[in-house]
Amino acid sequence: MGFLILIIGVGFFFYLRQLDYGLGVTGMSRSVTWGLYIAQFTFLVGVAASAVMLVLPYYLHDFQDFGKITILGEFLAVASVFMCLVFILVDLGQPARAFNVLIYPTPSSILFWDMIVLNGYLLLNMVIGWTMLDSERKAIPAPCWVKPLIYLSIPWAISIHTVTAFIYAGLPGRSFWLTAIMAPRFLASAFASGPALLILLCFILRKFSRFDAGREPIQALAKIITYALIASIFFVLMEIFTVFYSQIPGHMQHFQYLFFGLHGHHALVPWMWAAVILAAVGLVLLINPRTRRNELLLAVGCAAVFASLWIEKGLGLVVTGFIPSPLEKIVEYFPTRPEVAITLGIWALGLLVLTVLYKIAVAVKVEEENGM
Amino acid sequence: MNSGRRAFLKVTALSIIGVWAKPVLGGDGPSKFTRDPKELLAKRWAMVINPRKCSGGCKECIDACHRVHNVPNFGNSKDEIKWIWNEPFQDAFPGQEHTYLEEDFKKRPVVVLCNHCNNPPCVRVCPTKATFRRKEDGIVVMDYHRCIGCRFCVAGCPYGARSMNFRDPRPFIKEINPEFPTRTKGVVEKCNFCEERLARGLLPACVAACRERAMVFGDLEDSQSEVRKLLQTHFTIRRKPELGTNPQVYYIV
Repeated sequence: MGFLILIIGVGFFFYLRQLDYGLGVTGMSRSVTWGLYIAQFTFLVGVAASAVMLVLPYYLHDFQDFGKITILGEFLAVASVFMCLVFILVDLGQPARAFNVLIYPTPSSILFWDMIVLNGYLLLNMVIGWTMLDSERKAIPAPCWVKPLIYLSIPWAISIHTVTAFIYAGLPGRSFWLTAIMAPRFLASAFASGPALLILLCFILRKFSRFDAGREPIQALAKIITYALIASIFFVLMEIFTVFYSQIPGHMQHFQYLFFGLHGHHALVPWMWAAVILAAVGLVLLINPRTRRNELLLAVGCAAVFASLWIEKGLGLVVTGFIPSPLEKIVEYFPTRPEVAITLGIWALGLLVLTVLYKIAVAVKVEEENGM
Repeated sequence: MNSGRRAFLKVTALSIIGVWAKPVLGGDGPSKFTRDPKELLAKRWAMVINPRKCSGGCKECIDACHRVHNVPNFGNSKDEIKWIWNEPFQDAFPGQEHTYLEEDFKKRPVVVLCNHCNNPPCVRVCPTKATFRRKEDGIVVMDYHRCIGCRFCVAGCPYGARSMNFRDPRPFIKEINPEFPTRTKGVVEKCNFCEERLARGLLPACVAACRERAMVFGDLEDSQSEVRKLLQTHFTIRRKPELGTNPQVYYIV
């Protein structure tokens, strides 16, 4: 935890520099006006939404295997949404005016709805997670008003990532994002990357605490990741077919930039191919039951999936929307040191929140298991 | 729940409603500002530009605009802010160029600026209405005090017309024009069709500065205006019309 606090401190120091100098400390430019911060927010909304992959089977379909770890999913959602909100605040040019979005509500703006659904989801998961855990600790049944909240959190989880996809998918001037399958792609990659992280967290908990999620819940989650990953890869292939078969230059350019470089600019090409290889490794390890059942290989597969989708969503998606610019210029984006420091600081902050929440959850669960 | 907590919650709820009620419900009442009698009025301001009249290398319109509006010059393209500038034909009208295009046209710069669209995506996406379209004359304006600097409008604009202040602009303004505000870091800005000059009876700075009279400004809904006459007698194109933004800057080709 001390290490996390150190990283948070460094990030905070650089944020003060950003507040003083302006967002110019980052690598963003007139042409690429969203960078690392918004990309992290986009990726983490997906991780947050993935809690529904535990809640839905357990509460709607009585899939008992997930009973022990739903709280882990809900707390991961809390930490993720918290990070999303911090990333958004850090990205604002005038953060002190953030409440203007509340004082001057603008229903035509997707950002307005995003603020509502994100904060609502945070509140939902905090209330649900805390209440359920508290009831468990006291060994009493949960209060009856939690059930409707849990049911609400299921479509709400879908909505947070759909609304976030709408931020991108409704802009007429950005042909890379103007695709109807933006929201389905977001959801598929969310349901692969979020549970992948959750499995890794379960392994970490098994190693460093007395909480053991058990074999079956992890295997069930692994199957969910497998299918979500297949869907995610399929969607990307669909995009590639549409742009390259139609041969429309305006649509092809972005994918050319990502995978082959465009007019001599190729900063993201090695990253994208790394993402492809990682996705292939993850797919092979997860689709094959023999390797999926081997928990070490499963961990490797989950790490590969998480890394691949982080590159695709956290690096590739946002920046490429701006390349080429509306005036056909290619301005590449490279994050700066202060920007990376702030980003790592916020990740560390989220991990700190997650650690605290997980310690509480584990303490209650272990206590309950030992019949105290 | 003890009475202390209950009272606290009541006060909090009332405060939130109190803060929210005024701006959402009504605002501050009728305006106390008076209009200049020389003010230029229109139902739909628009501009017609003839790139053939532009002499190469001339930057009078750009310099005039940036001088009058305190647009900073940072000296690098990363932080660059521009309200009006030149683009080669194929970048102003992507997809319209071809190998056998008239050579003169290929080399001639086309002046580009905010199109003050009738259906502006930037206004649609702004979460605070810091940018909005004036119903009375169609100008798309910015309120620099309300802008939170989220840059959604920059992403939304299909024409790259908007610039973000990534740094404090004030040290980089060559000579401050005290009659127009400077901006702070952290807000987005763009061409405003010189609404402050129109209010005093003056044409936009770029139009007034152009020696070749390549830019004509007027009211589209006035059938006798020069812009209407030009549109009736010349074939004109607009930038990316297929996107449905309904831009109001027309180019004679």
